[in-house]
Amino acid sequence: MTIVFYLSAAVAVIATVLVITRLNAVHALLHLIVSLLAIAVIFFTLGAPFVAALEVIIYAGAIMVLFVFVIMMLNLGPHAAEAERRWLDPAIWVGPGILALILAGEVGYLILRGAAGTTGAAIVGPQTVGVSLFTTYMLGVELASLVLLAGLVGAYHLGRRRGAGEDGEGERTNG
Amino acid sequence: MAEVPIEHGLLLAAVLFLLGLIGVMVRRNIIFILLCLEIMLNAAGLAFIVAGSRWGQPDGQVMFLFILTVTAAEVSVGLALVLHLHHRFKTLDADAMSGMKG
Amino acid sequence: MYSLIWLVPIVPFAGFLLLAFAGRYLPRRAVAIIGPGAVGLSAAVMLLISGQFLAAPPAGYAYEQTLWSWIATGGLEVGFTLYLDPLSVVMGCVITVVGFLIHVYATAYMAEDEGYSKFFAYMNLFVGAMLLLVLGQNLLVLYLGWEGVGLCSYLLIGFWYKKPENGAAAMKAFIVTRIGDVALLIGLFLLVVQFGTLDIPAILAAAPGAWAVGAPAAVAAALLLLGGAVGKSAQLPLQTWLPDAMAGPTPVSALIHAATMVTAGVYLIARLHALFALAPGALLLVGIIGAATLLLAAFSALAQHDLKRILAYSTISQLGYMFLALGVGAWTAALFHFMTHAFFKALLFLGAGAIIHSLRDEQNIFRMGGLRRRLPAVYWTFLAGALALAAAPLITAGFYSKDLILFAAWVSPVGNRWLWGAGLLGAFLTALYTFRMVFLVFHGPERTAPHGRPGPAMTVPLMILALLSLLGGFVETPADLGGVHLFSSFLGHALPGLAAHGSPALEAALQLLSTVAVLGGIALAYQLYLRRREATARWLARPAPDAARRLLLAGWGFDWLYDRLFVRPFVWLATVNKDDSVDAFFRGLARASLLLHGALSRAQTGNLRWYAVGFALGVMALLAIVVFR
Repeated sequence: MTIVFYLSAAVAVIATVLVITRLNAVHALLHLIVSLLAIAVIFFTLGAPFVAALEVIIYAGAIMVLFVFVIMMLNLGPHAAEAERRWLDPAIWVGPGILALILAGEVGYLILRGAAGTTGAAIVGPQTVGVSLFTTYMLGVELASLVLLAGLVGAYHLGRRRGAGEDGEGERTNG
Repeated sequence: MAEVPIEHGLLLAAVLFLLGLIGVMVRRNIIFILLCLEIMLNAAGLAFIVAGSRWGQPDGQVMFLFILTVTAAEVSVGLALVLHLHHRFKTLDADAMSGMKG
Repeated sequence: MYSLIWLVPIVPFAGFLLLAFAGRYLPRRAVAIIGPGAVGLSAAVMLLISGQFLAAPPAGYAYEQTLWSWIATGGLEVGFTLYLDPLSVVMGCVITVVGFLIHVYATAYMAEDEGYSKFFAYMNLFVGAMLLLVLGQNLLVLYLGWEGVGLCSYLLIGFWYKKPENGAAAMKAFIVTRIGDVALLIGLFLLVVQFGTLDIPAILAAAPGAWAVGAPAAVAAALLLLGGAVGKSAQLPLQTWLPDAMAGPTPVSALIHAATMVTAGVYLIARLHALFALAPGALLLVGIIGAATLLLAAFSALAQHDLKRILAYSTISQLGYMFLALGVGAWTAALFHFMTHAFFKALLFLGAGAIIHSLRDEQNIFRMGGLRRRLPAVYWTFLAGALALAAAPLITAGFYSKDLILFAAWVSPVGNRWLWGAGLLGAFLTALYTFRMVFLVFHGPERTAPHGRPGPAMTVPLMILALLSLLGGFVETPADLGGVHLFSSFLGHALPGLAAHGSPALEAALQLLSTVAVLGGIALAYQLYLRRREATARWLARPAPDAARRLLLAGWGFDWLYDRLFVRPFVWLATVNKDDSVDAFFRGLARASLLLHGALSRAQTGNLRWYAVGFALGVMALLAIVVFR
């Protein structure tokens, strides 16, 4: 199983690199799905089958489908990829790359310095998670539901204004 | 069960997170920025799972669920905003939307 | 009866309040009653109290009345306390009586002025403050009155404030006296530190025990107090404000700048005589200042052509006499001269005011002349005042007071021949400039025709003052001329008498000398300015006398000197520091924060990705702290 972890990790990293370098949004999205699936596998190997399933269903399924919908609605054609190429001047990678390297060094140092241990102590199944979720983290669940509600209302509001046409008109029809 | 050192799991999370960060800093297309944010959030979730797996406790997974919730809400609002902005500016260039009021 | 003493300063204050707040709604007739009436009432109470003081003096010749406790902190208790002793009785009587006469005079003099009620409000305030000054039992009440009269002086010099030079004169008077006031205030602090009290009797009682004669602290205190006195009494080197102070209305010059306020310095030194007795050096300095001032001012008065400026320099000169008397320890003589001077100088100023009034604001004595026949009442009273000022022998009050000073300067153990000589020369000069004025104004051909004659409101005070100027000296006469010692024996209860006594022969010889000097001065004035006026004018037109005349006209160039020495450097400094170097620091702070603000607001580009970079940098820095801690 250990080899599966490293394989999946390699897949996830490569796929992610591809996500941030692709010019075509749909391609990037597909690579992200690959990355997410690989991480789902990692979750599984780490003894968290419940979140592995959720990763596949919600991340790779629902959320990515949302992206696909939006990309389709925006109807990005070949000119979009052309614009991406113009935007992605190779020089632009240098600064963020250096920053990220420094951060990586710092984080890596911190992680490797600490006393460790190994993962996969036990499989923590859905039941355990559920019990913990609805007892210890009850308040968090309530808050999360509020966040979702806010997201729902926000998305509805923004989408509705757009659907009503121009801003000014939208506001008028709202009234 | 994969008995990998916890450092490796955490390093993977860090690498993924930093890749997402690079994406956020580099890409100008808002959709890509949102994608990269997904990567970062996911990486954070991965770190939780790794830690939870180290101790065999459910708390890491619970945190992942919360992150998932936040991600879902964020994506729904974010994508709605993307649609709105595209409608308004006729572009997805984040740099083009730098005008501020006041 | 004594318990009514509080009425004396309060009534003028009440008059001030009434006139200040209701003056504009009152008819002129009411103002003319309230203004002088308040001072008159005050004078009546003061005279009644003085009568009782003479008839049945209180125990120890001193009466105290504490109105309320003013300050009570830690080690310092200051009451709002009034104090009645022979010294304050004399001062209070002169102030209220002369003040009342001048107020009555002013009702006519200021009749046409639009600021009628304002004028009387200020005048009443002045009288009230002056009475506080002399009646204060402690130095703080004295200081309150001291500053109050300074304020009134400022307000009244600049009374006709629409002319800028009047405002400038008022500011000059205020600022120059302020220099002395600061010294006085520091002196008060020194006394508080030394004695823990400001009560004058307590200080006078404690000082000889606390300080040896000539102790540095005593000398310092005396010098600081002297600084205040010099400023207020327009003595060298702070005398420059008084001639310019003549910009105010003439009754103001008479009341404030001749009779009362300028003598506050004399009063201060006499009041604190025990301190000065402990500082012989400071006392000698008082005498030297007095002698130098009386000569310089007398010479300056010789060259003036403005009637009021002559009188102003004469006032400085006569104050110099008082300082001279103080300097030789003749406290009583100084007070005696203060009293007679208040009479005759107020008379001269009021007479000058009457002349100026009827000549429609003509003040140049060379454009006057022959007024003897046109203004007889003014002439005869003015002549009485002039004789008193010149110390014409036997018949005038000025003779007796000045004689007492000269005698004291000769015989006093701390006096010397030089001071006496200066006084004698001053007497000669005084006679000369006084009769130069009289001859030019009242004799010779008429140059400007007067308009009408002054009414009774002006002439009656003149006559009363003329009587006082002539007869007021008989309360104190030298041994060979009756030997009346009413004044000195009365004041002897408050001030130590002069230790030394000369022989009658010496006294008579000195009197003869001063008589010769005075008569010589008058005769010379008669020759120079009446009989051979043309020759004098021709002589004065020559270069050397003309240069001297200019120097004297400018008051020995002190204004010029101070302008170069203090005013210009100060103005230069102010110009250099126009942008306030201290302020520059705070402006720098403001500029720095603006700069930071600019930098921060430049960070707020609205560019999303820059924010992300900012986050990354921040995280990096925080992690670096954790890593390299």
